[in-house]
Formats: sequence, structure tokens, C-alpha cells
Amino acid sequence: MPVEVRMPNILRPLAGGEPAVTAEGATLREVFEDLVRRYPALGPSLLTTDGDMHRHLNVFLNDDDVRYLGRLDAKVGDTDTVTLMPAVAGG
Amino acid sequence: MARYDNVLDTIGNTPLVDISELSPNPRARLLIKLEGLNPAGSVKDRAAKAMIEEAEKNGSLQPGQRILESSSGNTAAGLAMIARVKGYPFTAVVPENVSMERTKLLRAFGAEMISSPAAEGSNGAMRRAQDLAEQHPEWWFSFQYGNPANPKAHYEGTGPEIWRDCPEITHFVAGLGTTGTIIGVGTFLKERNPSVSIWGVQPPAGEAVEGLKNLDAGFIPPVFTDNDGYSLLDRSRVVGPRDSIEWVRRLAEVGIFAGISSGAALAGAARCASEIDEGTVVTLSPDGGWKYLSTDVWEGDLDDVAERARHELYF
Repeated sequence: MPVEVRMPNILRPLAGGEPAVTAEGATLREVFEDLVRRYPALGPSLLTTDGDMHRHLNVFLNDDDVRYLGRLDAKVGDTDTVTLMPAVAGG
Repeated sequence: MARYDNVLDTIGNTPLVDISELSPNPRARLLIKLEGLNPAGSVKDRAAKAMIEEAEKNGSLQPGQRILESSSGNTAAGLAMIARVKGYPFTAVVPENVSMERTKLLRAFGAEMISSPAAEGSNGAMRRAQDLAEQHPEWWFSFQYGNPANPKAHYEGTGPEIWRDCPEITHFVAGLGTTGTIIGVGTFLKERNPSVSIWGVQPPAGEAVEGLKNLDAGFIPPVFTDNDGYSLLDRSRVVGPRDSIEWVRRLAEVGIFAGISSGAALAGAARCASEIDEGTVVTLSPDGGWKYLSTDVWEGDLDDVAERARHELYF
């Protein structure tokens, strides 16, 4: 079953221009791999050459930062929403 | 004691207030530390004082030297107030979309202001300040995002105050900006009781995020990475403007007049309370509501207010 992936403005041009796209996978890694299959240009924004998450990309699974849910191994269900957000400073 | 030699001595020792009536879980107590009661109006007075006094001590800040910082408002207000008291000139780089109260407050303390583009948010203000620091080596750049005195102020002040006032704490929930608060308080609390959970709340950055040219222009504060923030935190969540404003209004219901980032922190704390079996959740209100009066946070349709909040930098 597909999950919804919400795109920030800066990544939309790399993924068909829509604010949200769908992708399939039971873990975040599988969702990212499916996204890169569908939108190859997104690849470097999601994953480093070592296959880890991009340092400046915050990924939220239903508002929860996946860095504290097992990172790329975080389990994703078909009612979940993945939100991608660039890391920016406050203060 | 309520008599002080100097306004700077009134920084810290803020009240911790039980607001369990707002807790969604009857077995989870909810308390909030009111940092808006600091003299320049926010939690940032602590970091501002610590950064200046540390630099005075180590000699990097000399009498009469100009202080430089980038800030969405609160750190600048704290620095401006302290700089005024101690006789330093102060220049703040401030994104042009902060509320008018912030710029007026800075003017009240005699700060010089340089605007940075709204679309670039706090990141853009920081880059502009870094450029200025290079052009003016004679100035002292406090660099709140990387200055160890920032988390140290919370390790030595805010954290011990929370532990003193609420040793039964099970969860600490705070917003992530420079991350100085959560790093300092979180480190202190985990040293005292490793089972205390530390939850971060990321306020959405609205247009600041949309203004980024690419992902590599993103930024994670060195205060966070230098202190192994990813290991310290147990969880981190994003809270949207609508939730933030809804919870800032709920705070007003219990008589607490707080800023929008307090609503975000409390929304995160309430979610924490609803997900745990039982416990004592402590959160922190970074500032009072005064600087947001012009944004009409407390009146009108929630969705309209949330949409307006997207265009304004509030954390």
C-alpha cells in the first residue's frame, strides 16, 4: 500500500512539482528506494553516497522525527504520512 | 529575596507552574517553566548573559567592543539589554519578517539593527552575521548557535532549577532553536536521573524553509552536534502553527500569556502526556505573549491565524 510523502518546496521540482507524492515500502529505507526509482533526481537529497539519510533532511513519520524511530529502519504503515523538511535554525 | 543590585541578577530562577488541568491524561502531570519573566522577556536572557560574561572572563570581549549577533528577536533582546547595562555597542542581524514588537524592543535598548531577507529566515540572518564578523574582526560575534556558553547557561541554571523544583520529573519537552536549552537542561537532568526522557519539539519554519535554495543550505547548530544531541534526545516531533496557536490559547485559559513557541512546546508536551502511562512532564515557555500582540494570535479563526503565522518568524 502506498504512503503519502509530503515534499518541501525545494524538493518539489525534483519530484514532479506536486506538494505530495506516493511511494511504497514497509520501512523508510524501502520508501526512499521507491521514491528514487520514481524520481531519480531526488536521490542525492534523500540519501548520501554511503546510503545514510542526508544530514540536512529532517524526516517525520506522522510528525515524529525518524532519527529517534530507527532512522531508515523505521517501520512505515499504509496510513502513515512521511514529511520531508530541510533542517533550518531558529533562535 | 526580591532586592537585587543589578537587573542582570534577576535573570533566571523563573517559576515552574503546575498546569495539569491542561493535561490530556489524568495520570500525567504537566508543568511549565515561565521564561518570559526574565528581564528582557525570554529564556534567551540566560544564554546572552552567559555568552557575554564568559567572553569577558576569557578576554575575547573587551570593554567598549561592539557585540554582533543574528537572531529572530529574543537572543538579540537579551544581548541588547545586557550590552546596554554593561556599556557595549550592539548590532543585531534580524530577519525582516519578525514582529514589530521585536524591532521596537531592540530599539528601546539602543541596538543597531541590520535586516536580512525574510525568505532566508534565521539561516540567512546567521550567514549575514558571519559575513559581517569576517569584515569586522574588531567586533565580537557571540554566535549563539555554536557558543558553548549557551548550553552551559542551561546546564548550570535552567536544568538545576527544574531539578530543584520538580525532582519527580519523568519527561522534559522543549522547542529546538539553537538547541541550547534542550542540550543544557537535558544533559543535566540525565546526569541526575538517566531515566528522564528528553523530547524535542521542532516548530515548523514556514517561509524560512521555503526560502532555502537547496538542502545543503540547511543548518544544524553546532551546539547540537558538538554535544551529541542525537544521542541525548529520546524523541523529537514537529508541531504545526495551528497546534501551536491552539495551545497558546489554551495557556491563556489558565492565565498564562505566552508566545507562539510556548504553544508549540506545550502541544509537544501534551502529546507526550497523552502517550505515557503516567508521569510528570515539564515543558518550558520561552517567552511571553507581548511580542506577538500585533499578530492577533488570540483572536479570529484558528486557520487564518495559522496561515498568517507561516509568514512570520516566531522562533
